Amino acid sequence: MSRREDFRAGLAATTPVMVGVVPFGLVAGAAAVGAGLSVLQAAALSVVVFAGASQLAMIELLGGDGALLVVVGTALIINSRLVMYSASLAPHFVEEDSRWRGLMAYVLTDQAFALAVTRYAEGMEGVTRRRWYFLGTAAPLWAVWQVCTVVGAVAGARVPAWLPLRFAVPLTFLALLVPAAAKNRATATAAVVGGGVATAGVALPFNLGLLAGALAGVAVGTGVAVWAGVGAPAEVPE
Amino acid sequence: MTAPDATVWAAVALAGVGTYALRASFLFLFEYLGTVPARVETALGMVPAAVLSALVVPAILAPDGTVVVAGNGRLVAGGAAALVAWYTENILATIVVGLAVLMGLGFL
Repeated sequence: MSRREDFRAGLAATTPVMVGVVPFGLVAGAAAVGAGLSVLQAAALSVVVFAGASQLAMIELLGGDGALLVVVGTALIINSRLVMYSASLAPHFVEEDSRWRGLMAYVLTDQAFALAVTRYAEGMEGVTRRRWYFLGTAAPLWAVWQVCTVVGAVAGARVPAWLPLRFAVPLTFLALLVPAAAKNRATATAAVVGGGVATAGVALPFNLGLLAGALAGVAVGTGVAVWAGVGAPAEVPE
Repeated sequence: MTAPDATVWAAVALAGVGTYALRASFLFLFEYLGTVPARVETALGMVPAAVLSALVVPAILAPDGTVVVAGNGRLVAGGAAALVAWYTENILATIVVGLAVLMGLGFL
């Protein structure tokens, strides 16, 4: 397969995900302007931070004149899950040039991670192929996100109220969650515990419920995997 | 009241640098740390299920910060969408059915 084919395969896998990303980006842009940020600031947030959930949290805090430390701390807590994605991808890119890795780190998102790791687990030999597949999933998401934020910021909150677009975001994650949880008993347990703890902790400050749920889900799921001998790691190529 | 411009720009810059460091962390540290221990790899295999669920379940059960079960349209829509995801593994179909059910309930 050529680079172009691997890039296109990544793009094809990402296309359905765009349905969730487009409204999310529009919301992120509109919410920023609604909270009193300028269009330039809304766009800068999307280009520099490029992580939707944390952007929405930052916008809410900044709109309420939140302290700098709280705004940044909240964003980093929400985004701490990216460390786990980075670690999951790293074995696939040990031989990769550091400039490519630097670029891949910048465009790493929930969706690109989930799509790429799923594809690599099915077997994809060669770091060049994996690079282009990853960029095929991640780069279009980046471009669409930037365009949608600006459109959302300029158009403002003119989305008709009867269209529950914000709900498209959790639905996107749900579509990725079901197959990820259904792999085996350990991943199913990780999902139940992760979702349960995050929901129980929904009133915790600074979005700590999300982090607590993620950590509890990983810990208990790993325990089940070790105890039951399931959930063996995905094969690392080469 | 919105935070002052200087605070907004500082927040964008600091959150941006910090988030990039989180993303880059293992992509750059991995070669110095060598292989990932088997137990850590098993744990990483749990990450998608745990994190995605921690994002999804509160958004469905407690969209406004408190858990609502009775009369929660998102719960019905999310359940229908989960069934579609289970049987089709199709992201677009999952989103369309979830949104359609939520809107349908709104018109009832």
